[in-house]
Formats: sequence, structure tokens, C-alpha cells
Amino acid sequence: MSSVGESSRRKEGPEKLTGVAKYVDDYHLPNCLQGVTLRSSIARGVIKEIRFDPSYDWDSVVVATAKDIPGENYVYLIEVDQPLLVDREVHHAEEPILVLGHKDRAKAYEALSHIEVEYEPWDPVLTMEEALVGKRILYGDDNVFKRFEISKGDVEQGFKDADVIVSKEYRVPHQEQAYLENNGMAAWEEDDGTLVLMGSIQCPFYVHKAMLPLFAREPEKVRVIQATTGGGFGGKEEYPNMIAGHAALLALKAKRPVKMIYDRHEDMRATTKRHPARVRHRTGVTKDGALVAQDIDVLMDGGAYVTLSPVVLSRGILHASGPYECPNVRIVGRVIATNTPPNGAFRGFGAPQTLFAAELQMEAIASRLKMDPVSLRQTNLFRIGSITATGQTLRESVGAENVLDRVLSRSKFRQKKSQHARWNGSKTKPTWRGIGLATVFHGDGFTGSGEVFLRSRAGIELVHDGTLRIDAASTEIGQGTTSILAQIVADALDVPYDWIDVETPDTSKVPNSGPTVASRTCMVVGGLLHKAAKKLKKALVQAGANWPLTREALATSAARACGKKRSIDFVEQYRKPGDVTWDEETYRGDAYGVYSYAAMVVDLEIDKTTYEVTVRDVITAQDVGKAINPLLVEGQIIGGTAQALGYALLENTVVDDRGVMQNAQLTNYIIPTALDMPTMDVTIVEEPYSKGPFGAKGVGELPMDIPAPAVAAAIYDATGLFMAELPILPERLCQALHDSAQS
Amino acid sequence: MIQLKVNGKQRSFRGRRFKRLIDVLREDFDLTGTKEGCGEGECGACSVFVDGELVNSCLIPVYQADGARVETVEALGDPDALDPLQASFLTEGGAQCGICTPGMLMSAWAFVRDGGRDDLDAIRTALAGNLCRCTGYQHIVSSVVATVRDKTRTSARRRTKKK
Amino acid sequence: MRGDPAGMRVLQPRTIEEALDAFARRPSAVPLAGGTDFMVAWNAGGENGRVILDLSAITSWKRVRVSGRGLRIGALTTHWQLQHEASVKKHLPLLAEACATIGGRQIQTRGTLGGNIANASPAGDTFPPLAVYDAKVRLRSASGRRTLPFIEVFEGVKKTSLGAGELIESIDVDAPRKPTRQLFRKVGTRAASAISKTVAAGLLWTRPDGAIRELRFALGSMAPTVKRLRAVEAFVAGKKPTGEVVEEAAALLEEDVSPIDDFRSTRFYRLEVSRNLLRAFLK
Repeated sequence: MSSVGESSRRKEGPEKLTGVAKYVDDYHLPNCLQGVTLRSSIARGVIKEIRFDPSYDWDSVVVATAKDIPGENYVYLIEVDQPLLVDREVHHAEEPILVLGHKDRAKAYEALSHIEVEYEPWDPVLTMEEALVGKRILYGDDNVFKRFEISKGDVEQGFKDADVIVSKEYRVPHQEQAYLENNGMAAWEEDDGTLVLMGSIQCPFYVHKAMLPLFAREPEKVRVIQATTGGGFGGKEEYPNMIAGHAALLALKAKRPVKMIYDRHEDMRATTKRHPARVRHRTGVTKDGALVAQDIDVLMDGGAYVTLSPVVLSRGILHASGPYECPNVRIVGRVIATNTPPNGAFRGFGAPQTLFAAELQMEAIASRLKMDPVSLRQTNLFRIGSITATGQTLRESVGAENVLDRVLSRSKFRQKKSQHARWNGSKTKPTWRGIGLATVFHGDGFTGSGEVFLRSRAGIELVHDGTLRIDAASTEIGQGTTSILAQIVADALDVPYDWIDVETPDTSKVPNSGPTVASRTCMVVGGLLHKAAKKLKKALVQAGANWPLTREALATSAARACGKKRSIDFVEQYRKPGDVTWDEETYRGDAYGVYSYAAMVVDLEIDKTTYEVTVRDVITAQDVGKAINPLLVEGQIIGGTAQALGYALLENTVVDDRGVMQNAQLTNYIIPTALDMPTMDVTIVEEPYSKGPFGAKGVGELPMDIPAPAVAAAIYDATGLFMAELPILPERLCQALHDSAQS
Repeated sequence: MIQLKVNGKQRSFRGRRFKRLIDVLREDFDLTGTKEGCGEGECGACSVFVDGELVNSCLIPVYQADGARVETVEALGDPDALDPLQASFLTEGGAQCGICTPGMLMSAWAFVRDGGRDDLDAIRTALAGNLCRCTGYQHIVSSVVATVRDKTRTSARRRTKKK
Repeated sequence: MRGDPAGMRVLQPRTIEEALDAFARRPSAVPLAGGTDFMVAWNAGGENGRVILDLSAITSWKRVRVSGRGLRIGALTTHWQLQHEASVKKHLPLLAEACATIGGRQIQTRGTLGGNIANASPAGDTFPPLAVYDAKVRLRSASGRRTLPFIEVFEGVKKTSLGAGELIESIDVDAPRKPTRQLFRKVGTRAASAISKTVAAGLLWTRPDGAIRELRFALGSMAPTVKRLRAVEAFVAGKKPTGEVVEEAAALLEEDVSPIDDFRSTRFYRLEVSRNLLRAFLK
């Protein structure tokens, strides 16, 4: 009765396919107010006065400001620097100043237009470069939120030993998550004084923790429930804390339920995006292509508050040297404060930025050495026994060479490359064709000691009637959490998948299995549930169960096992594997327990008339340890690739003179349509990880890391243009072609 | 008063005539399957049929649908009795987060209804007014292909039986 | 959702005459056809409190009438209708093609040709085809009818020369004689549902000796309004499209258009690509 490895039907699929599934805005809450937010129109300054139009009828409106916050005015995260509502000092445009509610959403927006804020504007700092000059200090004494350094070997000696040194600078922009369901949250207070939050969220316990200081409440007086969630991609990791605070503040003041549902415009302008970055590489190589020194400088724009920037930077630098072994490495990363809306979590979490640079740097090196980029990679690629930049020895589950071999053969890489060279040799052809390659790795789970600090707990409830229910805070946001956790448990118990229920993530019902982020759900939470299931099975055996188990026999043995209790919980807590070590101070050791690997070949053509890029083929192989559900894994890979092709070619966040997204509409922020995506060729590679359930590692973020550098490599192959800045828009290609013709 | 025939049922609406069709469906008729993703006709999550035409319900004041037939995703199957199109989406992985899904199903439905074939370009064109951020579209396209092929097989069987 | 239905007033005339009368009395009313532009602005909160003149009931403006080589396209025909209409596909294929590129099917089934024109976006995708077809726009008000050459309808970004109380009744086009070559090309970065960065339509007739008898070429998104490239058209007439002639023609493109940098694209790109399209079409 094996379920793991099968493409079991998505558990909540039928509800989603019939419109029955309830997202936060689908709930009718009696007597509910619609909450909206007044946001700063300036990037930096001081609020002098807030004036309410005296001729407007305010009777049906409830307004809440910072003065109404019963506890501390901050949104709890890594630091407590970000206020829920501005009291005095504005740090970025679109920063929330007050919230108001009206029973009619349009009327609530109208009320906003009757409020006038008078500011004393200060000169803002809108770019990283400006912040580094340090003329105006926004944070600490140098505008640096966080600095990390990784050091291995002797970099200066490495450069002395090098035959060739290649230096390049890379830039990547903001990226908008563009989940199709905008952010939304509902809040109300129960008769017993419990504050309830229900919304579109990735991390129920993050919201829970953030509410406690704001409302000066005991943990049991706050309850957070996940509504069906229409995509997250990191965008609903930390920002919901803010919206929850706003909704709760209004609900408590109005003594009525409040819904805050963002429209697309507000969601795009005000909420977090992927950190823009500048990455500089200086690489020393021998003439036969062995890396001998990597000196990498990573700069990220954090925006106005710390939010998750330190951990985004951390993951960024831990991936900055690529999946390659080099004896001498120095990586310095800094994340900078600016007066722009804070950036935050987005699928890949710093790695897509640095891996774009790392992989394109390999193309630059290959080109300088006049060496085949494939051989260059093969020379340096991680294998069993390789030592990473942090000094971690890779002991198992290293699929790097395997995935590369697969895509090379499936794509007929070398053959295509010479075909394209012939095509491009003909002046009469309407396009240039190119093929490009990339290889990446992605650390699974929280960085370093992160999982140890999380102390995640997840369990299975055995009810006396034989019901089996998974209790975890891990959220289904489209990726398939509910299904894969059920598959793992079903297999461990050797019962059918359909017998496994999954509890709604609700902080009053489930243990804290940690946030649904960092490609950790399957590997870490799935691992806990796998252990819990084994214990549960033992208990059933002791209660007389035999396999193959029937439903009746399950009920009988469950009743026996439960005795007088209604149910028994089998809960497991995360324990650090004994052989994993990490030093937070020196950034030495096992940065991640294990890594997933991917290789991708992108075959594309560029229209000589319009410079538009058409992706003709994407061939990828991704090592995920074990595909618990191959269809869902494929869904992650293809969906992540689409998002990353957008990052590479289409998605251009235009920022105005206040640091705010100007094209904040799906009409003008261009994400791929069905016609922009080729039919992809996906190979799932399984190099099992001994500590993952059934060998599973992570897959959620890996596909986001790889397409952009493969696209840039293909464009280089097609045109000889080295496009080191994303997105590679037709406008940029046009300009670059023009410039190269001039020079 | 505005009269609509929604999913085969006669409904009347007595509120503001300029209320959007999507809001009437969701708030007044409790048909929350229809979703709003952008409010500007770009994402297609609010797609419904009005008199058989595929439209964005966020761009239609309800009075313009007075007297019309309206079909929403709820006109297809139920969770325990899926329509063949929905069943294909389930087996092929055509739904992930589910927000684009109702609108996507309406566009796919229109395509299949109008005799669309398993031509990938035609399917991608038919779905071009619906944005999805989860799937990369491939499994949605294969869901439509599977539906069309099943339909062709079924009708072929029907023809065979008639003989 | 920032549009407030409470403040909206809807006039629902049942006939053309009622519509014209109502519009004459309330010239500030917004004529509403498919709503694909107006409702976007209304949803964003920019059009609250307006009076709407609904045109849904005027069914006679929802048809294409053909007499000989003349097509009279009712202002309320939709983009979906037009791309499937046999007479349009046959005689005005560039228009049919343009209609198929406007949004997805959901937009095409609602958006109308008359609404598209009245909205007067610089990026209107049907405009370059109508410009090269030398279309005429028939306007109607309570006081009568008048006809304008298509190009003259537009005065600026979102500005038309329609007078108070005037509605677009139809777009009249005579099918051109069969061209040697024709072109419609929309450039909008993504493959579907894009707003044009530049959009081109061209008709070309050559003589047996290869010389150009007549060129008509129009560009959208390259100026506040759609533009025919009059200088280019005049220059190439009678000439053989040699490399030199084509280059000179491309250089003349800027005589008639003046694109801008905005958040969708750059002036440089728009010009380069438009020149490329012209070159490719002439060669």
C-alpha cells in the first residue's frame, strides 16, 4: 500500500476546483467592517498633523492610530524596529499611518480621501549606493543592517596562484511575488476575550507571536487560523503580521469583526518584494579551469526596516559561490537600510540573486579561458567529499553531477549549440538562437542552527474511532503540503492515503511545526511526522492491529489504544542530527543539513526586429532526494521556473522618486501568461538523504534559483551580449546591441 | 429589480444597479467561487459566462447582465461529483493555490464547449486571459488536453454504439 | 474595490433616439459600451459619482453591414465578433488580427471597436489597421450626423474631437484592393494580454517592376495619437525598395512620431523597433 512516490490526488483539490474552498474574503462575517489603511505619501519625514475633514460624516467610520495600540507599537520579527502604525517618524513611502473601518469597502476608501496628513519632509535615501555614502544615517552608524563574512583558505594566495582573474558586477532588481490572491486578514474578539485572526498566511505562529506584545496578551488569548491561501511565495511569510495587527486593532476598537483585504494596487506598492542586489565577483582560475580563488561582495537593499533581511542575506551569501568547490573563498555580504518599502521573503530567499551572479560568472570565466562552459562546471562541481565555502564536507546526497549529465543528454546540448552557431551565421534568418546552461544548489531547511532554535513540533492524533489526523502548523499554500504530509504518514502506517485527515493550521489546535518557508516542510516536518507515524503504528500493533489493516480493525485497535481517552497524540519534536555542527559567529560548519541540486538548459531565440526573447525549450533535472508526490514536485519545478523566467525576462519593477513601485498593476507588471511558457522537459532525480523522510529533501525554492542564469547564458550564446543585469528586457538588449555596434 | 438566471436558477437582485457582477455573485448570491485577483480585467480569476460569453465579472455592472443567463464555476460539479473538466484538473495537477482555478476552469470550459481540440497553441491562446502564478500553466494545459481527449473518446464511443 | 455603486447614476435608453436625447441633455455622462476601460478606472476609485449612458440596448450598432466593398462596422461590435466575422477577416484582415491581440477572450467579448476609439488610448491596437485602411468614423448626435476621417478623431492622449452629445455610430471602411504585402505587428514584451510598446500596420502595393506603387504605414504607442507615416509614405512612392531607399525611409520615420520614455518602454527602443518593422516590411 505505497503512497509515497505516487501522484496522489491533491487533498483539497476538489474543494478548490468547485469554488467551495473558502479564502479569507469568502467568509461572511456578521456585522463586519472593511478595514483600509492610510499610508505615507512621503519617503522620510515627520508627521506634524493629521486632519480629518470636518465636513465629512465620521459617524459610520472607526479610526485607529498608534495611540490605540494597547501594548508595544512594533511588529515582532528579528528586530522590533518596525512600528505597526507610524506615530511620528516616517521611514518609507506607503508606510501605514492609521487604519479605518466602514461596513462598505468603497466608503472606507472614500473616507481615506477626507484625511489630510501634514508632514515635515526630510531628504530620503533611496538607493544602496547613497546609503553607503553615509551622508544621512537611517540605521546604526553606517546604514548597514547586517554584515556577514565567510572565509575559507587564503584568498590572496589563491589569486597569486591563478592564471587568469575574472571580475564582473551583476545586478538584480526587486521582484513582486504576485500571488493571485492578494493579502487579506480578518479579526474579531470572541466572547471569552480571545482575539481571533484568520487570513491568507504562510506562518500562523509568526502572526500569533506578533500579536502578543502589540495587544499585551497571554498566548492563549490569541488564536490564529489559516484560511485557504491563494499563493504565498514568501510574500505571506512576514507581512501578514502587519495586516493582522491592523485588523485586530480596528476590531478591538470597533468591537466588531474587521476584514482587511488589500487590492492589487496596494498589495504591490506596500508589501514586501525580493531584495534587489548588486553582486561583485573576482575569480581566480588556472588555465585548465580549476577555481583557485573566489572573492565575492554581496550588497542587498533591505528597505526601511530590518524585517527578514539578515536571514535573506545569510542565505544569499551561503549560495554566492555556487555549487562549486574552491580552496580559497571570501564572501562579504551587507544588507543596507534605505527609505523604501521593506523587502522580504520571496521564494529562494536571497539565493536567486547570488546564484544568478555565480552562474553567469562561470560563463564569463569559460569565455575568458575559451573553455567549454560544461567542462568548466564539471571540473569544479560539488561531489561527495567536496568542502563548501563554510568548510562543510558534503557526505551524502550530492546530485550535482547527476543532474548536469541528465540535462546535457536530454537537451542534446552540444549538438544544439553547433546548430545554433550555423543558424546565427546566416544573415537572412529572422532570429538569433542560443542555448544556455546553469547548475545550482539550494540548502534545505533553515540556515545553520535555525532548525534547532525553531524546535518544531508536529504530531498525529489517533482518535478512538480510528480517525487519523495530522496536526501541524505547516500551511497548504498551493504547493501540496497537505497531500505530501498525508502521503508520508499513510506510508509509514501502511494504510491508504484517504484515511489520513489533516487538521487546519490553527494555533489553538496544532503544535508549532515552524513556518512554511525555506523548502523545509517536506524534509523537516515530514520527517517529524514520519517518526510520529512509526510510534503510532507501534501503539496500534500493541493494541492488536494486524496488516493489511481494515478500517474496522483500525477502529477497534484505536479504541483499545485510547482506552478511556478520546484520542492520543503522537507528537515529535525536532532534534539536531548529531553530526551537524554550525558556528554562528564564524559562519563555519554545516550551513544546511543537505542541499538540493538542479541543472537547466534553456534554448531560446531573439527576434532581430523587436529584440523579444522567445523561450523555445526548457530542459531541467532536479535532485530532490525523493519525490513524495512526483506530480506535485513537477508542479513546483514548472511553476517556479515560470516565476523565474519572469524574473529573467519580463518582470520590471519601476520605482518612482519616492522609492515606490510605479507599475503596481498586473496590467503593467508583466508576469508570464500561458503563451509565454514553453512545454518543459522535467527529470526528477532522486539522490536520497538519509535524514529526510523516505530520502526526501526540498524542492520549493530550487526551481527559482536556476532559470535566470541559464537564460542569460543562452542570450550570451545567441548574441555575444553579456547581460549582467536583470530583467533582460528587449529594451536592454536593443540598447546593448546598439552600444556594441558603436564600439 | 434585476433578474438573472444564475447556474440555472432564477435570482433577483434589488441593490445598486452599478454594483459589479462579481460582487453581486459573491456577496448577494453567496457564490464565492468566483475570485477577484486584480480588479482590472487582467488576471481572469473572476471569469464567468454571461449569456454564454466568457467575460470578466469585475468589469460588468450588474444592470448590464439584467435578464441574462450567468454561469459560474459552481455550475460545474460538486466536490464528490466532479465534472470531467474538474476531474482532469485534479489528476493532471491543474490546480495549485486555487485562486486562478475557477476562472481558468471557465476559460477551459468555453474552449472545450466550442469544440476546441488538443492543439497546445490553441489551448494556450484560450487560457491567455487567465494569469496563474503557481503552475507555470503546463499542468493546466495538460488538464485541458486530457479533457478534450476524453471527450473525443466518449463521443467516438457514442457514435460506435449508434451503429 | 474602490468604486462606489451608490453614487453612480445609470441612464438606460432603449433606442438610438433616446440615447442621443439623453446625451444631449447630459453631455457629461459617460457613454458605456463594454466597460473594459471605464470599469478599470472605476474600480480604482477614479470615476465615482458619474452619470452613465448605457448603450447596451442599441442592438443595431452591434452588427457589421457589407455592401459591395464597403463595410459599415457598428460601434458596438466586439473584438471577439470582429475577429470571427467573415467579411472582416476577408477584407480587413489586419483589423481582425488586431482584435485578436487585445487582452484575453474575456476582454475581447466585451470590448467594442467604438469604445476602443472613444477611449483614445495612444496604445489602441485597432488604430493602426483602421488608419491604413483609411477608415471613416460616423458620428451621431441629436442634431445630426457627421463623418470624420479616422485619424482626425484623435486629439491627444485620451482626447477625441467628438463634440458634446456625440456618439460613434459606426466605422466605415472600403475594402482596399489586394495589397502585395500587409503587416500587423504588436510589440508588447509578453506573448498575450500586453499593452503595446509599439504597434504597426502596413499595406504595400508594388508595380510589376518592383517599384512601390503605394505604401500606407501606421504606428501606435509612438505619439499621443495613432500616426500615419506620411513622410515615409510620400518618400517611397514610385521608388524601388533598395537598401538605400529603405534606410532613408527608416530615417524619415521620426518626421511623424515622437515616442516617449515611460514605465512600459523607452523612446530609443520604440524608435529602433519601429524602424526595424518598417525596414523589414519594405524589403
